[in-house]
Amino acid sequence: MNMPVSPSSLQSSAQAYLARYDRLKSDLPGEATIRARAAALFAQTGFPGPREEEWRYTPLRSLAELPLHAPIAPCDVGSLIARLPAIVAPRLVFVDGKFQAELSDFNQPVTTGAPAYGRIAQPDAHKLVALNTMLAEDGVALSVPAGVDAGTLLLVSLGSGQASSFHPRHSIILGAGARLTLIDIALGDGIYLNNPVLSATVAVDATLVHLRMQQDAATAFHLSTVYAEVAAGGIYDSFALTTGARLARMEVHASLNGPTAAAHLNAAQLLGGNQHADFTTVVRHAAPNTASRQTVKNVLTGKSRGVFQGKIEVLRIAQKTDGYQMNQALLLSPDAEMDCKPQLEIYADDVKCSHGATIGELDGEQLFYLRSRGIPEAGARSILVRAFLSEALDPIAHVGGRAAMEAAIETWWEGPRL
Amino acid sequence: MLEIKNLTTEIDNKEILKGIDLVVPDGEIHAIMGPNGSGKSTLSYVLSGRDGYEATGGSATFDGHDLLAMEPEARAAAGLFLAFQYPVELPGVNNANFLRTALNAQRRARGEAELDAVAFLKLSRAAAKRLSMPDDMLKRNVNVGFSGGEKKRNEVLQMAVLQPKLAILDETDSGLDIDALKIVADGVNAQRSPNFSALVITHYQRLLDYIVPDRVHVLAGGRIIRSGGPELAHLLEAEGYASVVAEAA
Repeated sequence: MNMPVSPSSLQSSAQAYLARYDRLKSDLPGEATIRARAAALFAQTGFPGPREEEWRYTPLRSLAELPLHAPIAPCDVGSLIARLPAIVAPRLVFVDGKFQAELSDFNQPVTTGAPAYGRIAQPDAHKLVALNTMLAEDGVALSVPAGVDAGTLLLVSLGSGQASSFHPRHSIILGAGARLTLIDIALGDGIYLNNPVLSATVAVDATLVHLRMQQDAATAFHLSTVYAEVAAGGIYDSFALTTGARLARMEVHASLNGPTAAAHLNAAQLLGGNQHADFTTVVRHAAPNTASRQTVKNVLTGKSRGVFQGKIEVLRIAQKTDGYQMNQALLLSPDAEMDCKPQLEIYADDVKCSHGATIGELDGEQLFYLRSRGIPEAGARSILVRAFLSEALDPIAHVGGRAAMEAAIETWWEGPRL
Repeated sequence: MLEIKNLTTEIDNKEILKGIDLVVPDGEIHAIMGPNGSGKSTLSYVLSGRDGYEATGGSATFDGHDLLAMEPEARAAAGLFLAFQYPVELPGVNNANFLRTALNAQRRARGEAELDAVAFLKLSRAAAKRLSMPDDMLKRNVNVGFSGGEKKRNEVLQMAVLQPKLAILDETDSGLDIDALKIVADGVNAQRSPNFSALVITHYQRLLDYIVPDRVHVLAGGRIIRSGGPELAHLLEAEGYASVVAEAA
C-alpha cells in the first residue's frame, strides 16, 4: 500500500472509470451530449495528480489502488437510516447515489431521477466535476421561488459499501429573497467512493444555509465539490463537519457576484487513525462590499493528517472587500500532521483581508486549571477540545443542526477513533 | 487538616523548597509571607499537584491522606482548593457550566448525588450575589475579558460554590483595589468554620488586616524561617523582610 505509485497508475485507474462509462452510457439518464463531452475531457485529463499545486497535499493514489466498479444492487440500509441525526424535517435520501422515494419524505416540488447538472459546475474547470458529470446517475434539482422560506431540508447520502463509486449531482436554486437550510449528510459502511457535486445559485437577498456532516465510512473515499454563486445581498452560510472517510476532500468554490454578498465557509475536521481530510476553499470577491468568513478547526489524533487550503481572490472591482480566514489545529498525537496553505490574490486596493493559522497541543495550564477544580483529566481534555471547536460552531443558528453537530462531535470524541 | 513534613522540591535541578515543616489545624487560617522567589507559589503548586512541581522528599498529608500521591482532581475532590495567582482564561468554556461540571465531578468522586441545573443555578447565583458579582459573569467564558479584580473574585466564587476544606490563596490580593480586596476577604471570612482552613500566601500585610490569620509564617530561601501570631505580619510590614531574614540567618 505504501509503494510509490506513478501518475500512470492514476491514469490506468481513470481508464477503469471510463470503461465503466462505456458499459453504462446507454442506460444513464439525462443529457447524453453533456456526459459524452465530460467523458472526452476526463479521458484527456484523468484524475488530479500529485504534481498539481492544488493536489500536492492530497494524493489520490490510495483511491487509484482500489477497483471501485462493482455493480450496485439494491440493499437494506435500515442500520444506516438509524444512524441519521434526529432532525425533524423533510428529507431526500440517496442510496449509493440513487434517489430512494420510499425512504424520502418531502413536501416541496423537487426533480429527481437524473443528474441536475445546472450551469455552474463545468467539467472543463475541474477533473472531479468531469468524472462526476460522466458517471452521475441521479441528483436533486430544487428551486425555491422568490420570497419563499423553504425551511429545512435534509439531503442524505447513504453508501452501502458495495465496492463501487457514485457521483450524485445536485442543483439548488434560490430565488430573490428566498431562504433554505440544507442539512447535507453523508454516511455509510464499507468501501466506496462518494463523489458528489452540488451547485447553488443564491439570488438577490436570498440565504442558503448549508450544514454538512461528512460521516462516510472509515474505509470509504469522499471527494465533494460545491459551487455557490451569490448575488447582491445574498448569503451562502455553510459549516462542514468532517469525521468520516479514510480519504476526504471537500472543495468549496464561492463566488460573491453582487454588492454585500457574503459567504461563510466554516468547518471542523476531526480525524483519527490514518484518516486524511482536506478542506479546500476558493472564495472569489467579484463585487464591492462583499464579505467572506472562514473559521476552520482541526482536531487530529493518531496518525491522521489534516489539510486546509484557502484561497481568497479579490477582483479589481471588489473594493471594500472584507475577507477573514483562520485555520487552527489541535494535534493530540505526536504522529498527526496538519498542512495549511492560505492564498490571497488581491487586485483591488481598498480591502480588508486577514488570515492566520495556529497549530498546537492542548494548553497545559488550562488542563491543570480544570483538574485543580476536580475535573478528571479525560473530562478536562474533552472540555478544552469542545471549547476549541466552539468558535466554528457558534455561528450555526439552526437549533436542530447545531445539536446534530454537537452530538456527532460527542460520538467522535467518545468513540474508538482508531 | 494539613501536615507538611520536611518537604523538598526541585525545579530544573534547582532546589526551591528546602525542607518545609508546617501544620495547619482544622478551622485555622495561616498566612505565608515572604519575599519574591522564596518558593511561595511553588509550595502552592506542589500541594495542588501541578505537573513539573513534584516533591523530591518529605511528605504532605491532608486529613490523613497522602496528598502527594493523589492526582490534582482527587485532591480537589478531597477538599483542597487553590485560588490561582494568575487565574487561567478558558475561551469557549462557559463559566457556569465549568463550575457545575467541577462541582458535580467532585460530588461524584465523593459518592454524593449530582446537583441538577436548577439547584446549581440557585447556589451559584446566591454565591455571586454575596461577592457583588453581576449575574452575567456566570454566563461569560471563564475569565475571558475579566479585569484583574473580576478574575480574583471569580476564584473566590468558585471557592464559595465548591466549599473546600482547605483553601490555598496564592497572592489573591495582588492587583486588587481596596474595595475588591474587602469583597474577596469577606468571601474568605464567610467560609470560616471549624471545618475550613486556609493557607493565605501574600507579600503584603494589607490583606491580613481583613483576613486575620491565626498564624503567620515567613518563607525565605525555601524554608520557613520564622512563625508567629498576626503581629508578625505587622512587624514585617514595618521592618521589611530583610531584617527578619538576616536575623534568622
